[in-house]
Amino acid sequence: MTTLPAATPARKPASGAQQKLLAFASLIALLVFFSVASPNFLQTSNILAILQATSVNGVLAIAATLVIITGGIDLSVGTLMTFCAVMAGVILTNAGMPLPLGIVGAIAVGAICGTISGTLVAKMKIPPFIATLGMMLILKGLSLVISGTKPIYFNDTPGFSQISTGSLIGRIIPSVPVPNGVLILFVLALVIGYVLNRTVLGRYCFALGSNEEAVRLSGVNTDAWKIAIYALAGSICGIAGLIIASRLNSAQPALGLGYELDAIAAVVIGGTSLAGGRGSILGTMIGALIMAVLLNGLRVMSVAQEWQTVVTGGIIIAAVYADMLRRRRAAS
Amino acid sequence: MFTRRTLLAAASATALMLSASLASAQDKIYIPLISKGFQHQFWQAVKAGADKAAAEFGVEVTFEGPDTEAQVDKQMDMLSAALAKKPAALGFAALDSQAATPLLRQAQEAGIPVIAFDSGVDSDIPATTVTTNNLAAAAMAADKMAELIGGAGKVALVVHDQTSRTGIDRRDGFVNRVAEAYPDIEIVDIQYGGGDQLMSTEITKAMLTAHPDMKGIFGANEGSALGVINAVRETNTQGLIVIGYDSGAAQKAAIKEGLMAGAITQSPVGMGYETVKAAIAATKGETLPKTIDSGFAWYDASNMDAPEIAAVLYD
Repeated sequence: MTTLPAATPARKPASGAQQKLLAFASLIALLVFFSVASPNFLQTSNILAILQATSVNGVLAIAATLVIITGGIDLSVGTLMTFCAVMAGVILTNAGMPLPLGIVGAIAVGAICGTISGTLVAKMKIPPFIATLGMMLILKGLSLVISGTKPIYFNDTPGFSQISTGSLIGRIIPSVPVPNGVLILFVLALVIGYVLNRTVLGRYCFALGSNEEAVRLSGVNTDAWKIAIYALAGSICGIAGLIIASRLNSAQPALGLGYELDAIAAVVIGGTSLAGGRGSILGTMIGALIMAVLLNGLRVMSVAQEWQTVVTGGIIIAAVYADMLRRRRAAS
Repeated sequence: MFTRRTLLAAASATALMLSASLASAQDKIYIPLISKGFQHQFWQAVKAGADKAAAEFGVEVTFEGPDTEAQVDKQMDMLSAALAKKPAALGFAALDSQAATPLLRQAQEAGIPVIAFDSGVDSDIPATTVTTNNLAAAAMAADKMAELIGGAGKVALVVHDQTSRTGIDRRDGFVNRVAEAYPDIEIVDIQYGGGDQLMSTEITKAMLTAHPDMKGIFGANEGSALGVINAVRETNTQGLIVIGYDSGAAQKAAIKEGLMAGAITQSPVGMGYETVKAAIAATKGETLPKTIDSGFAWYDASNMDAPEIAAVLYD
């Protein structure tokens, strides 16, 4: 790396942007690589398929980002998503209530569960890893219990499948039928990006992750803010639950375990530090897109499935190692 | 900065090398199989059959499936990627028929014939379904049971569940055959253990306590059959005829030990082979029967090492 010494002082404030630029460059590099490697990669239907494959993991990763920035971790995002989907099924299919109630209900259930996780972490001082591991298992079990271990279908609620698979954009521009699930992901990313960077909640999110003790000593009710952040993350999982249930036109109660790791991988590839205090929604979005592009690209290139997993793991390690190297250089 | 790019390039190069051999075969007829699973021995055996057919007929086949049978959405992503490759035909074992319908319709509109395998897809889109005739296979288990217990006495069934197609068909196949052909055999109990070995063990122990004069028990899948064997071992029951289903190392060992009389094996290899064969036929516009039986066979200590049986057994 040959940078002029004069440029060094300017690097510190620019480092966040630089990191995102780097992740973005990796994403572009992957897109170019796969486009050259396979003629079938770069076609509208496949790009839409990639975006749709990103929608659920992207939304979960946004939820995970919030918690990780506070220095915590949320292992329950995947099964909470499933639990919210099942609750939507209970409200809409089993109880036959109208669609808006199902949507509000699923998000509210997510917020409540997030509040419980947040309380366990903030008030009862249970380490986030353990608290959310417990929640992960509780929610997985409850999803199976409530659904009777069978999928709940949304056949009686015709509008439900439109949440994810319909296309508002396609109605305006018929040639780019971007599924609504993808639209929801991008709108959510903008909203949460704004919350993180421009609101008090966002500021405390970073502050808690950097130095919780200092924030507490300066008279801030850290517990309340932490619970609020977990609750927000929970409600975002509720949105993920709606997207996945809508896409499958059913709440699949056994699904969800392992999805938290995909979400955390996307967050980490996007440059958010697991130590807390640093991260961005834009980075997470790029991380989620990198994972989806990689997996789709390898599939379109007919790479054997065992090797797809190996390559994905390698990319995660490479991305984080490169980020650490850059940071070490910036520090010295 | 350069480090990251280098690493990425290295990873990409690896991917390129991995696919280089396949890329050269790009002009061949291409048939992706999207399965319910990938790492279980059963699915690996299906893959082996598909690869065998691919080599024999000179077509290109890929085989993918999600890590667990719960990941319906991951299977959809695999299906999308497969369709992007504009395949000549598609093999598909649906985790959830309904969830897959929009994508299968997309395949239909693109003129890509779909061959369902393992379990059916609840729609008229698939050109055919390649599956084990579980009714006939379980009837064969009943015949073997009758033969081994001398055509009379009490028998019972330990089944994995009463809701899945395989559970229902294997139970009914056995029960119906006994009802029509063996009037002296009495089915005293049918219990469901979720395919869980431990639960099936407890169920079997209770059955043996209730009916000390039980002649035989049929375990309708691998987990159920192993549970029955466990119970026989724990209670040290002598002379009970146990018939299992599917293979696996433990079941094969039980047969060798003499604890299990024998078992029905499906032919996952045959399933993979027949799916690819049917897919090729469909690309040529040939009409296919509604279902294609991928085959099943009885195996016991006397024939399990014979090449034609050993080929369909797996650990």
